[in-house]
Order: sequence, then C-alpha cells, then structure tokens
Amino acid sequence: MNTDQSLPTTQTKHSLTIDWEDVKPKSSSQGQLMFRRFRKHKLAVAGLVVLCLFYAVAVFNGFVATSDPAKRNSSYVYAPPTLPRFIDHEGNFHFRPFVYGLKSRIDPDTWERVYEIDHEKRHSLSLFVRGDKYRILGVFESDLHLFGTADGAPLFLLGTDSLGRDMYSRIVAGTSISLTIGLIGVFLSLVLGLLIGGLSGLVGGTTDLVIQRIIEILASIPQIPFWMALSATVPASWSPVQTYFAITIVLSLLSWTRVARVVRGKFLALREADFVMAAYAMGAGNWWVIIRHLIPNFLSYVLVTVTLTIPGMILGETSLSFLGIGLKPPAISWGILLQQAQNMRTIALRPWLLLPGVFVVIAVLAFNFVGDGLRDAADPYTSNRF
Amino acid sequence: MFTYILRRTLLMIPTLFLISVIAFAVIDLPPGDYLTSYVAQLEAQGAVVSEEQILALQKRYALDQPAHVRYLNWIWRIVRYGDFGQSWNWNRPVRELLAERLPFTIGVSVTTLVFTYLAAIPIGIYSAVRQYSWADYIFTTAGFLGLAVPNFLLALVLMYVFYRYFGVSIGGMFSPEFRDAAWSMAKFRDLLNHLWVPIIVIGTSGTASLIRTMRGVMLDELGKDYVQTARAKGLSEIVVIVRHAAKVAVNPIISVIGWTLPQIISGEAIVAIVLNLPTTGPLLYQSLLTQDMYLAGSFIFILSALTVIGTLLSDILLAWIDPRIRFDREG
Repeated sequence: MNTDQSLPTTQTKHSLTIDWEDVKPKSSSQGQLMFRRFRKHKLAVAGLVVLCLFYAVAVFNGFVATSDPAKRNSSYVYAPPTLPRFIDHEGNFHFRPFVYGLKSRIDPDTWERVYEIDHEKRHSLSLFVRGDKYRILGVFESDLHLFGTADGAPLFLLGTDSLGRDMYSRIVAGTSISLTIGLIGVFLSLVLGLLIGGLSGLVGGTTDLVIQRIIEILASIPQIPFWMALSATVPASWSPVQTYFAITIVLSLLSWTRVARVVRGKFLALREADFVMAAYAMGAGNWWVIIRHLIPNFLSYVLVTVTLTIPGMILGETSLSFLGIGLKPPAISWGILLQQAQNMRTIALRPWLLLPGVFVVIAVLAFNFVGDGLRDAADPYTSNRF
Repeated sequence: MFTYILRRTLLMIPTLFLISVIAFAVIDLPPGDYLTSYVAQLEAQGAVVSEEQILALQKRYALDQPAHVRYLNWIWRIVRYGDFGQSWNWNRPVRELLAERLPFTIGVSVTTLVFTYLAAIPIGIYSAVRQYSWADYIFTTAGFLGLAVPNFLLALVLMYVFYRYFGVSIGGMFSPEFRDAAWSMAKFRDLLNHLWVPIIVIGTSGTASLIRTMRGVMLDELGKDYVQTARAKGLSEIVVIVRHAAKVAVNPIISVIGWTLPQIISGEAIVAIVLNLPTTGPLLYQSLLTQDMYLAGSFIFILSALTVIGTLLSDILLAWIDPRIRFDREG
C-alpha cells in the first residue's frame, strides 16, 4: 500500500538536507484531488449538471410546468404532442417559437377522436406567463410559469392522457416523487449499512459471521418479487404520504447490504493499517479512531456506493408504481404515469404515453455516470485505467 | 472437493430457513383473516359453507394458533407432504399452480443466464483488446443504456416497434394455435420464435454490467507481465488473449453468477407480466393484487430458494473449474 520509505543510514544522515518548501506546495488535500479527478470525467460532470437541473425542477415543478398537472381538458383527450416551431406552414420564419392549435373530430369508422393541426390558430410562446396557481414546497403560492402561450391557449408539449391532462406538466410534477424516493431510501440504507457494516467490521468473530450470512441471504433474494410482495401489503387506505414512506422503507430493506459490505470491507482493511496502529499507540480511543481516521478514509467509497444505489431505487419505484402496487394516483410519479402505457393498443395509438420512461432513463444514466466518476475519483492514488 | 460441496450444502439450510421465514411473513402480514374472506367469497358464489368445513380449514392452516405455530405448520406441510396450501383465488392447490408455471420460469431464466454470459464474455474481451475503438464506444454506450432502461420499458418499446413497423405482436410464449397443443417439434419451434424477446429484454441489463466488468478485468490482465512473457515467447496474439489473459479474466465474472441470477429472476417477474408469459411472474402479481397470500408466499419462497440453489450449483461449478477457490475456502 505505502511505498517502502526506509530512512537513510546514519552515515548519510547529516549530509542529506531536504528543502521542505520544495515538497510542500505540491500536496493537495484528498478532497481537492478527488475534485480534480472528478472534473476530468466529462460524462460524470455532464451527469452532475443534469441531476442539478432535475432536482431544481423537482423543487420548482409548479413554475416549470405549463399548467396544473391535475387539470382535465375534456375536449383534448389523448391529444398528440405539439412541439414548438419557428417556421410556419407557408415557410415563413418567426423569431418567436409558436404552436398551432388542434382541431378534433370523431372518426366515423373507429369512433376515436382524431386530431389535426389547425393552421388558422397560431399561438406564440413567451417566457414568464401567468397561468394556473401552484405552490412551491407547499408554502409559496404563485401563478407565474416559466413559459406558456402568450394568449393563454392550452399548450400540450408532450400530449395529453386519457383525461386530457397535460403530460409535460405531469412529467415535471412527477420529478419530485420519482427523484426523492431514491434519496430518502438511500439515506435509510446508508444508516442501516453504516451501523450494521461497522458493527460487523469492528466486532468481528461470530457477530461478523452472522451478519455476513444475513447479507448473503438478502442478496440472494430476487428483488422485484420481494418488493412486489412487501408493497402489496401496504394497506390501500393509507394516505399518499404514508404510502410514500412505506415504499421507501420497502426499497431500502434489500439495498442496505451493498453499503454494509463496503463499510465492513474497509473497516477490516483499515483496522490493520499503519496509521490506525499509530493512532492507537498514541493512546487514541476507539471512537476517536473511528470518527477521526476510519470514517474519513472510507467515506468516499460509501459515497460511490450510495450514488450507484439510487438508480436501482428509482427503477424499483418506477416498476412498482407501473404495476400499480407502489404509489397510487392521485400521487404523480414517473412510474404512475407509465401505468397508462400498460396495454399494447394504447401504446400503438398513443406512443407519447411512453415519454415518462425517457426521463427515468436520463435520471438513471446521470446517476450512473456521476457514480462512475466518483468511483474513479474516490481513490486518487491509483491509476485510472477505465 | 467433497468437503467443500458438503459444507456449502449444509450452509444452505439456515439460508433456506431464513427465506422461508421471510416468505411466511409475506403470507401473514396483510391485515384480516383470509379464511373469513374465503368463506365470504364462497358464499357469494352461492355455496353453503358449513361450520365443520370452516373448522376443518381452520385446523388445516392452524389459523387459531399463534404465528410461530402457524409457521411451523406451514413449513411442515411443505417439507412433509409438499403441500403449499390452497390458492383461494384459483381454488386449486398451490402446488399444482407451481408445477404448471415453474418449468417456464426456470427455462427462461437459465436460457437468459446462458445468453448473458455467451454475449458478455466475447464482447468484453473485444472491447478491452480494441480499447477506445468505435466498437468499444458503441458497446460502452449500449451497456450504459442497458443498465438505465427499466426492463419493462424495454419490453414495451420492443412491443411498440414490432407492432408499429412489422405489424407483429410479440407477447406471449406460444402462438395461439400452439398454446394448448401437446409438445411437438412445431410447438418447440414456435417457442423458440417467441423466446428471444424475453431473453433479450431480461438479459440486457445483466449483460451490460458483465461486459463492463469483463472489459475492466481484461484491461488489467493485458497489462500484466505474464502476458508480456507470453508474447515474448512468440505466441500468436489470439492465443495470448484467449488462452492466457481471458482465462484469468473470466473468473471474476463467473463468480458473480450468484448476483446475476437473482437479477435475472427478478427481472423475469416483471417482464413476464408485461409480455404476458405463462411463468410465475404474472401469477405472483395477480395473487398479490387479490391477496391470495398462500400463493404469493409460496412463489416468493420457491423463487428465492431456486436462486439460492442456482447460486450453490454455480459456486460448485466454479470451484471445480478453478482450484484456487476450492483451496481458498477450504483452508
């Protein structure tokens, strides 16, 4: 681990002088080294930027959305996405992006509502328009939206669902639940993992053996069936908030093992390390060594594990809600939105209902990239071959 | 070798015990008494349920006893008679339903596992040998995507693409005309025609992570001295890569079978629901929705037990292939 730095023999001791000023400025703290390494990983930096954006949206979702996610428009059921454009149907360029209105009629053969672009109606888009009321973090009330149609006409960037609710606003609203469920779940896993893994690594012996067996058993349980079973036992009468926390607990029940494994491994490895021995020799107590020496040394690894655990939880929540046994409407999460895309007929006719899945993929990719970057950065002293 | 197998098999007993406790907790957790709901269901169908019948059912499942007695009763019936209880919803013994569905689950899972390794090993080697080539970048990107796309979404997208552009529906395991037919060559071919979809959908994420591991380990191995020595001896590059480096690099990814298998079985459950496969997944799902808890608990138990047994088999296989593991764990 550390290079062999035997002292010079006594004969040369006096002739050897080290100019400490030469050596010192080159050293950086572990944090600085990690940060420098992380910055080199382009994908990880990009992932971090995306995540920051997503979480900003999660907090200010009412502002980013164009309408109230629960608002139904009975005359716009299953309306297709209308993307903003700059060039109109006559080929003229408009400086301001705009959308065309939609005309609908009932197909006489299939009795389906069919939408057509109405070139007569042109609604230009503008920033900071007034619209539906919303609350930020449940406290600040406002009706200002990031963008919308200047004349207040309904805007369906990503289409609408079976009740004519705007999919874009619903996806934006789903950000808060879908992204936080992983964070809270991972926090629970972290606490459990640190405690149990630490106990296992510190005490050793039979305790370690038993905990290791339990971890192995939990790791061998197929996650999704187990999650399905547990979340199905959550009573339907519970409030959305209760269900939310129940699901986070269900998700973290199997996920803490990864953190525990890392913590235990590091405890075992570091317990014998020279600097820990030195600390003990100087009369440091157990807790001092743990808090001052051990934890800072493996915190980066734990951070990596945690970052890589979150995507699994996001996917877990999405899968459960998709099946209808996780969170339930009227709560909005990406998984709940995907519920509508369950049957083939709906997807074939209205493929835009699959769009929430795209956001799941982006979020999970971003977490994976950041986790990868952190893993490379966590150990600044090893060469990076990947 | 024999002591190794014996020890591992004995270690499996506490594992199975703990899994059975968890599965029983699943059965026992939902509030309410299934007997009451079962009787209500029967009466709604017009059947007359006598007091003796209720008492007999109560006795059979020890419903009037405390939890640990109920657990012992449940596990004893499984071990002694192979009786997993009654599915209220289907009104059939759980054992029959298991016997119908399990072979498909095992078949799909094992085939997927084999596919995962057959795809991941060569791709991983190729990615490492031609590091930073365009193919490497494509595989790396595909790998990341494979990890990030939820299984069920991949299934939905595939279904959409095939329906939209080829006009075929890719769900199910058999075409309608073969569904109830007896096994024949034609039915088997039909099965193969359907099987590749779930295999790809379930296998993608596992393959993606295995490729990444394989590539990483292979890169490490290629930089080592023995590879240099092999080259210096004048061995051809293909021999150096396959016989020397890859042989060592393959071990870590074989040893994670124990992690890949639960992943596959877990993914199989949800993909089967979306693709409507006749495996355990959809039945487990239905049983959970209808609170058919003996069925649900038995599925959880059997699926987990299968995973544990699969892991044990792969560990034994690994110890047989790689003597280092055998000695390491024995000594």
